[in-house]
Amino acid sequence: MENLRIRWFQWAAPQSFYPLAGRLWPWFAALAAVLTLAGMYLGFFVAPTDFQQGEGYRIIFVHVPASWMSMLIYLAMAFWAFLGFTFNTRISGMMTQALAPTGAMFTFLSLWTGALWGKPMWGTWWVWDARLTSELILFFLYMGYIALTSAIDDPRRADRAGGLLALVGAVNVPIIYFSVKWWNTLHQGASVSVTKGSSMAQTMLWAMLLMALAFWAYSIAMALYRVRGIILQRERHARWVQEVVA
Amino acid sequence: MSAFMAVLQRDLRLALRRKGEVLTAVFFFVVVATLFPLAIGPEPETLRKIAPGILWVGAMLASLLSLGRLFAPDYQDGSLEQMALSQAPLPVLVAAKVTAHWLLSGLPLTLLSPLLALQFGLDAPTMGVLWLSLLVGTPLLSFIGAVGAALTLGVRGGEVLLSLLVLPLYIPALVFGSGAVEAQLSGLEYGAQMSILMAMLLLAGFFGPWACALALRIALE
Repeated sequence: MENLRIRWFQWAAPQSFYPLAGRLWPWFAALAAVLTLAGMYLGFFVAPTDFQQGEGYRIIFVHVPASWMSMLIYLAMAFWAFLGFTFNTRISGMMTQALAPTGAMFTFLSLWTGALWGKPMWGTWWVWDARLTSELILFFLYMGYIALTSAIDDPRRADRAGGLLALVGAVNVPIIYFSVKWWNTLHQGASVSVTKGSSMAQTMLWAMLLMALAFWAYSIAMALYRVRGIILQRERHARWVQEVVA
Repeated sequence: MSAFMAVLQRDLRLALRRKGEVLTAVFFFVVVATLFPLAIGPEPETLRKIAPGILWVGAMLASLLSLGRLFAPDYQDGSLEQMALSQAPLPVLVAAKVTAHWLLSGLPLTLLSPLLALQFGLDAPTMGVLWLSLLVGTPLLSFIGAVGAALTLGVRGGEVLLSLLVLPLYIPALVFGSGAVEAQLSGLEYGAQMSILMAMLLLAGFFGPWACALALRIALE
C-alpha cells in the first residue's frame, strides 16, 4: 500500500509526468483513429436506415457521443480541480486546463451537429428545449473557465481560481439542468422532444458505443498532448526542460 | 458576530459617503426597464407579458454592475489583506460584505420594483409576487456573484470576465424568479418556485461565503 501511494504521487511531478504523457498519447491517438474508423464504418455502411428518419439520423453517431463527452469532460475537470485542492499537486491544475479546450470543442460539436440534425427532423435549427439550452449553458461555462484562466498571468493563481470555478460550475450543472427543464415545461407545450421513444437496432448501438470510445481515446490523447505543452511552458526555467528541448 | 456587524457597518458607512455609486446601479435598473417598451412598443398586453422577464433581467444586470466594487477597493488599499489575516473567520467577514452589497444594490432595486411594475401594467397581486421574488432572489444573486467577483479580483479585463463567469450561474435564479411572477400572472400557484428560490438562497448563503473566502485567499496569495 505504501509503495502504491508513492508511485501514484511520483506522476504528480511534472518532470516525471512529461515523459509518461509522451509515451501514452500516441497510443491513445492511434486507438482513437482505429475506433473512429470502425465506428464510422459501422455507423455509415452497416447500420440500417431508420424507417422514420431516413439516412439523416446517422449524425447521431457523432452527436450523442459528443454530448456525452462534453458533460464528462466537465466532470473530469472538476475531478482534477478537486485533486488539486486536496493534494496541492501542480499537475492537477495543468490537466484541468488541458481538458478545457477539448470539452468546449465537444460541446460546440454537439450543438452544431444537433442543429444540423434538427433542421431536417424538426424543420428548425434550434428549439429552446431543455437539453439544448443546458448544453448551451455548459458551453458558456467552458468559455468562462477558459477566459478566466487565460486572463490570469500567474499560473498558480490561474490553476486555483480556474479549479474553484470548475468546482462551482460542476455543482451548478445539475441545478441549471433541472431549472431549465422546469422552465421549458412551463413555457412550451409539447412541441418537440429530443428523446426518441424508439428502441435502437443492435448495430446502431454498437456504432454509437464505438464512437463514444473513440471520443474518449481522442480526449485523453489530446489532454496528454496539450498537458505536455503546458508543462514545457511552465517549467521552462527548469534544467530538465532545457535538456529535453535541447 | 461582532466582526460581522463591524464589517457590515463599515461597508454601509463607506458606501453612504459616496452615494453616487449606489444610485448608479438603481438608475441603471430604471433605464434598462424603460428601454424595453421603447424598443418593443407600448401595447399594454405585450408589456404585461414580458414584464417579469425584463424586470428580472434588469435586476440581474444591475446587481452585476455593482459587483465589481464589492472587493476591488478593499483589495487596492490593502484592507482586504488585513481582513484575511484577522482572527475572525474570513467567510463571516465575506458574508458581511455580501450582505452590505445586497442592502446597497439588491434591496433598493426590490423597493423600486413595484414602481416599474406599475409602468408595465402589472396588477397589485402580481406586483406583490414580483416584489417577493426579488426580495428572495437578489440576495441569492449577491451571494453567487461574490464568488465571481473574488475570482476576477485584480485580473485583466475583470469586469467583462465577471459577467461571463457569473451570468450563466444566475440562470436558475432567473428561471425561478421570473417563473414565480409569470405563474401568478397566468393564475397559477407560485409557491413552488418561491420555495425553490428560498432553498437556493439558503444553500448559496451557506456555501457561497465559504467558496468566496477560498477565492479571495487564492487572489491574495
